[in-house]
Amino acid sequence: MDTLNLLLDGFSNALTPQNLLYACIGVLLGTFVGVLPGIGPAMTVALLLPITYGLDATQSFIMFAGILYGGMYGGSTTSILLNTPGESSSVMTAIEGNKMAKAGRGAQALATAAIGSFIAGTIGTLLVAFFTPAIAEQAVKIGAASYFAIMLLSVVLVTSVLGESKLRGFIGLFIGLTIGLVGLDLSTGQPRLTAGMLELADGIDIVVVAVGVFAIGEALWTAAHLRRRPIEVIPVGQPFMRRDDWRRSWGPWLRGTAIGFPFGAVPAGGAETPTFLSYVLERRLQKPGKDQEQFGEGAIEGVAGPEAANNASAAGMFVPLLALGLPVTATAAVIIAAMRTYGIQPGPTLMADQPELVWTLLASLLIGNTLLLVINLPLAPLWARLLQIPRPQLYAGILFFASLGAYSVNQDPYDLALLLVFGGVGFAIRRFGIPVLPLILGVILGPLMEQKMREALDLSNGDISGLFNEPLAVFVYVLIVLVVVAPYVLGFIRSRRSAP
Amino acid sequence: MTVVIGYVPNQYGEAALHLGLQEAASRQLRVIVVNASRGDAFVDKKFVTEQALRDLDERLTATGVDHRVHQSAGVDVGDEIVRVAEQNHAELVVIGIRPRSPVGKVLMGSVAQTVIMDAPCPVLTVRPDVL
Repeated sequence: MDTLNLLLDGFSNALTPQNLLYACIGVLLGTFVGVLPGIGPAMTVALLLPITYGLDATQSFIMFAGILYGGMYGGSTTSILLNTPGESSSVMTAIEGNKMAKAGRGAQALATAAIGSFIAGTIGTLLVAFFTPAIAEQAVKIGAASYFAIMLLSVVLVTSVLGESKLRGFIGLFIGLTIGLVGLDLSTGQPRLTAGMLELADGIDIVVVAVGVFAIGEALWTAAHLRRRPIEVIPVGQPFMRRDDWRRSWGPWLRGTAIGFPFGAVPAGGAETPTFLSYVLERRLQKPGKDQEQFGEGAIEGVAGPEAANNASAAGMFVPLLALGLPVTATAAVIIAAMRTYGIQPGPTLMADQPELVWTLLASLLIGNTLLLVINLPLAPLWARLLQIPRPQLYAGILFFASLGAYSVNQDPYDLALLLVFGGVGFAIRRFGIPVLPLILGVILGPLMEQKMREALDLSNGDISGLFNEPLAVFVYVLIVLVVVAPYVLGFIRSRRSAP
Repeated sequence: MTVVIGYVPNQYGEAALHLGLQEAASRQLRVIVVNASRGDAFVDKKFVTEQALRDLDERLTATGVDHRVHQSAGVDVGDEIVRVAEQNHAELVVIGIRPRSPVGKVLMGSVAQTVIMDAPCPVLTVRPDVL
């Protein structure tokens, strides 16, 4: 009951007119950027970071939460109407959703995506509210060695499980870790990787890295691929569902939620795997014959399931974020960076230190979810028109905000030069197909991992055994080895079997 | 010799097409219908879809005029009309024009202005409301 009371307190905080306004702005902005391919919630939160310095922490996190859910919703709109997924997590939605739209059932596809997102988001957020306090309570007791191991597990999982190429993933991770190393050494005060520049002694501000990699990198990439044949957009009316659509949707919504939430909650996040699993599951569950043939030709189950899984995993992401201070998606990583700029220490103690912030955030997630349904369902045709904005004008605006943001961090022109450098890095990783997520995780988790590793080693007077003296840490290391080695062993066994 | 018609799938394009076909018939000229897009937005409503392109071709065939439909993406629309006109030694370019605000022209430029200033031949402009 305690949780329920805290959540109700959160509601009373979140429902003030001012906070409600920020939730509205967040949701609308999130949908705006979600609809446009290439611009996502992570970039938007990074761009808004410096602008929200004037707000208090709670209000900006309410807005960020709205952006996250809005971005999820907007991505599905683009998938369905254009067959160009705005986010990697809505790739599966595009398969059936676009077929439905072509068959004149776009309105139903949009409706099932929106309502499914709402249901999954609501259930997911409630699960977060009930699980996180318990996990955080246990997490506080974890020692530095185990904490380091868990972070290591998180970055290894994100790097090796997601994306097509492990090599590329690890390249991204190590670039990120290197950026995180820049600055004065924690205990000795020696400058590291500063190339003798005083400006680098404090380390590189995460805002500059995030804005450079996400915003400038994307703008340069778009500029290099600007001209292309316009895509045909499928005109769509007001989203609505018939009784038959409801009957076919509710099962996939719930199953998608069940699949999506654990994947978001385990520090190996990403919505790609659960959306894929949900799609496959829904196809298997169809009765053989007529229903199954519909898959691939625009089956509403193929939209409802993955969309629910997508949003449930976005909600699940808040479990490691709030309970452990571990980000598992790019957006979560930027939110962690935001917490730091507000002087809030993300980690197991967050729930105890900042109860008001956490519960108001959770309440505003639920409110934002409802707002999405109320605002966006009628606005769907309008969102589709956003795609007519010429990109030069759009990206000029983004570049303006990016420069303004990077400059306002320290009011130092040096940061603008750094911003350009990271813009170049952002362009290069897109050019060479290196995923962004491991890089940004490396930048954010790197220094934290170092701190915990140093703590553990200090306790053991520098002896390496200090990293292994906790059972949990050993268990996690075994897990890491399994994750890295298992695919190779399985592949080896499979090839041995098929060889003779 | 040819008449080049700048076409967009709306009332302005239709006005240009209507007048262009009249001129071509009375002067005994070939018709080239040009449709283009800069291709810098994801969706461009002024870009004729494949289906609509076929319909347009059928409509032109029905009028019995010697014609060709030219479409390209990723180019400046005004430049493209001028280029086609130069290449085909056009005798006349016909375009539809619409009301613009000064700010709109500064931000988005004006295809009509490019064509009028740069075309190698006389340019005939038409507003739909005068037809």
